[in-house]
Amino acid sequence: MEAALLPAALELAAGGGAGLSPEKRAVLGASLLLLQRDYRFERVWFWGCIQGVRGAYYIAEGLGPDRAAPRSRLYSLNCVEWSLLPPATEEMVAQAEQLKGRFQGDPSFEYEHIEINAEDAERLFEDGKEPTIKEEARLVATIEQIDRAVGIIPRGAFVKTPLGSVHENRSFEGLSLTEAKKLSSYFHFTEPFNLKNKTLLEKADLDPSTDFLDSLEHDIPQGSWTVQLEKGDTVVVLRSLLWLGLTFYHVPMTKQYGYVYFGTGEKNFDLPFML
Amino acid sequence: HGPYQPREPGYGLHQPGHSPYDDQIPDPESRMLAIQNAKAYLLKSSTTSGLNLYDHLANMLTKILDEQPTNAVDIIENISKDVKWAQFQKKMDTLRDEHEILPTFEAAEKRKALFLKANGEGDEELEEEIGETPLPNVMETAFYFEQAGVGLSKDESYHIFLALKKLISVQPIQTCRFWGKILGLEMNYIIAEVQYHEGEEEEETEEEEVIEEGGKRRGEVEDEDEEKEKEDEPPKSTYKPPPVIPKEENGTGANKYVYFVCNEPGKPWVKLPPVTPAQIVCARKIKKFFTGRLDAPVVSFPPFPGNEANYLRAQIARISAEEEGDEEEEGGGGRDTYEENPDFQPLSVVEMVDSLSTWVHHIQNILKQGRCVWLNPFQKSEEEEEDEDEEEKAEEPDELQQEIGPPLLTPLSEDEGIQNIPAWTAQPSTNLIPQYAVAILQSNRWPGAYAFASGRKFDNIYFGWGHKYSPENHTPALPPPVQAEYPSGPEITETRDPTLEEELAFKAAKEEALAAAEEEDDEEDVEDDEEEEEDD
Repeated sequence: MEAALLPAALELAAGGGAGLSPEKRAVLGASLLLLQRDYRFERVWFWGCIQGVRGAYYIAEGLGPDRAAPRSRLYSLNCVEWSLLPPATEEMVAQAEQLKGRFQGDPSFEYEHIEINAEDAERLFEDGKEPTIKEEARLVATIEQIDRAVGIIPRGAFVKTPLGSVHENRSFEGLSLTEAKKLSSYFHFTEPFNLKNKTLLEKADLDPSTDFLDSLEHDIPQGSWTVQLEKGDTVVVLRSLLWLGLTFYHVPMTKQYGYVYFGTGEKNFDLPFML
Repeated sequence: HGPYQPREPGYGLHQPGHSPYDDQIPDPESRMLAIQNAKAYLLKSSTTSGLNLYDHLANMLTKILDEQPTNAVDIIENISKDVKWAQFQKKMDTLRDEHEILPTFEAAEKRKALFLKANGEGDEELEEEIGETPLPNVMETAFYFEQAGVGLSKDESYHIFLALKKLISVQPIQTCRFWGKILGLEMNYIIAEVQYHEGEEEEETEEEEVIEEGGKRRGEVEDEDEEKEKEDEPPKSTYKPPPVIPKEENGTGANKYVYFVCNEPGKPWVKLPPVTPAQIVCARKIKKFFTGRLDAPVVSFPPFPGNEANYLRAQIARISAEEEGDEEEEGGGGRDTYEENPDFQPLSVVEMVDSLSTWVHHIQNILKQGRCVWLNPFQKSEEEEEDEDEEEKAEEPDELQQEIGPPLLTPLSEDEGIQNIPAWTAQPSTNLIPQYAVAILQSNRWPGAYAFASGRKFDNIYFGWGHKYSPENHTPALPPPVQAEYPSGPEITETRDPTLEEELAFKAAKEEALAAAEEEDDEEDVEDDEEEEEDD
């Protein structure tokens, strides 16, 4: 969610019972602004909070002029001092997928006994080290996975220019109530997978400036999103069942939308059994 | 430069003798003519939409000048589209659209109803309300949880506050508590934990007895029918289902509290049925999301005995039993009850956070059996003993061992963790202002369960999906092994049908035997006759 709209946004996304204490809210207002100044971000998003066993990580993302470019991610343990996280690599993501269990809450904690394939193991053993992965890397990989899998925006909120860069659509006035209840009105804000697989007929209806992302309709498994109207049917809240804790909110016919993650940072592998 | 066609630029501006790229048309008359031609062209109405470019440009520029957006040139196409759209809206038919009744309006009506005072309330009732009331101070609890970053938005908390007040005015309730919120796929559940006044619950049990008697009568009728049909019956199954463990009485054990749920504040409260041990045992084995409709079936394996209302009640029972933590208070009575300790000295927040032994469970743990108090299911009544055959006695399973759970006020530090994660995480709400910090406990076994303590105040709450945490993936129970077939024996083994030769041989043998028997009879008759003749 936009850092500038944090207080109002937290109220709208609080249906799941998770939020921030007044102290954190107050300090975030100031520290996110300072982040914007120090790193020269154009936009700062408060991404959410991953609960570890002994502490919690607060995550912020900074965006540059092209909103679809890889984002810079920062984490903090107390919302006051922020540290930049390294960009996520495929290797990190693959390793982190093997790890199970909660985050510890200590960024320098090392996980051991990861299973990696034989080649990597040989390489590492030659160096004389056992395969370990730090919690910081796991954090990066988890945030990347969550953004890729369930980071969503309403249709029409972002527009792609002919040069390829992506900006906010200044003419976006919000989805209507009927549109807001449909999953096809929301897109994954990440590299599209399924766009090329659409039939020519479907592609003809698309507007290349706004429909350049995958919609939620074809997410596997079907039903992995819950769409609810809260607060007396004035806010549309989407919750992901694959990553429990991700909440997306949108007030129809207004420009307010955003998503936030409050959870343990673990994928819900039991989803097919639970539906 | 030849004569220009109407579509080319420069049409109308070309004057013989002057280049069309001359901005200045020196001759004022021909300039006026050129301008009029240009304007006439712009005023031409489009054949398809009836608009004309002149008016459209005028409207657009007016809009831009009124609103003064930054970088208007970048969004000029959208502005143009918006202006055209607005044009079409103005053209109203004589039939006016009915005002759209959005579902939001209905929901707003319901919420407004919460804020209206009930009819007929006078000053007397106001005094009663201010006195002892079972209504919990939801906003106060919400404030303490907010310090931990846990809780719903203030609006929603206030709506729940009023909804609880409505519940209390309708039902005879002694104590009431906002238990929490469970999220579902289509709708969510808001749950209130309630204790009735003593003696108010008898209505429920009477209804149940009536239903049971009706069932018994039906059973007797069926027995009579069966007796009439006694023919060769297939071998009776020696399978005896495990005895149904009876649920605990209302007001004790897992059914100590009664729970009411509603989907949204403003909607009517629905009472959840009491929970049976079978439901708790089954709920431990399955993991399903709640849909939000209480009558939804729970499709699972092992099949859950009940619908979503029962599953919800079972999960609430499990969460409460394992998660309700309180500050340490001296318990008064025996194992079933506890009393508040009036001499209780509140511990400082630091102590509460440092050691988990300052927190205790105040709700009885649920045993494996599904009850809080163990019951031996094999105590037979006299009737059953008379009916039993000897065979059945031999196949009884071994006697169950008595299950003992931890006693009532066990400290949380003795809760088992999961792998190397402790069962609870304790934190103060703020490190910056320790004087007014609140001690917060988060459960790691049931993510979403929280407890706070500050001075003499403490409370528990649950916000979540209603499932237990397990680091391993959920493996559904395997189907039971295939039922063994009956051991082969002579009674049920099919014998081979005899062939034709065998039948004929058998027939011949039989006839011989008959013939031999007849001869003997004949001989006997003859002898008798001879004897008779001799006697004569």
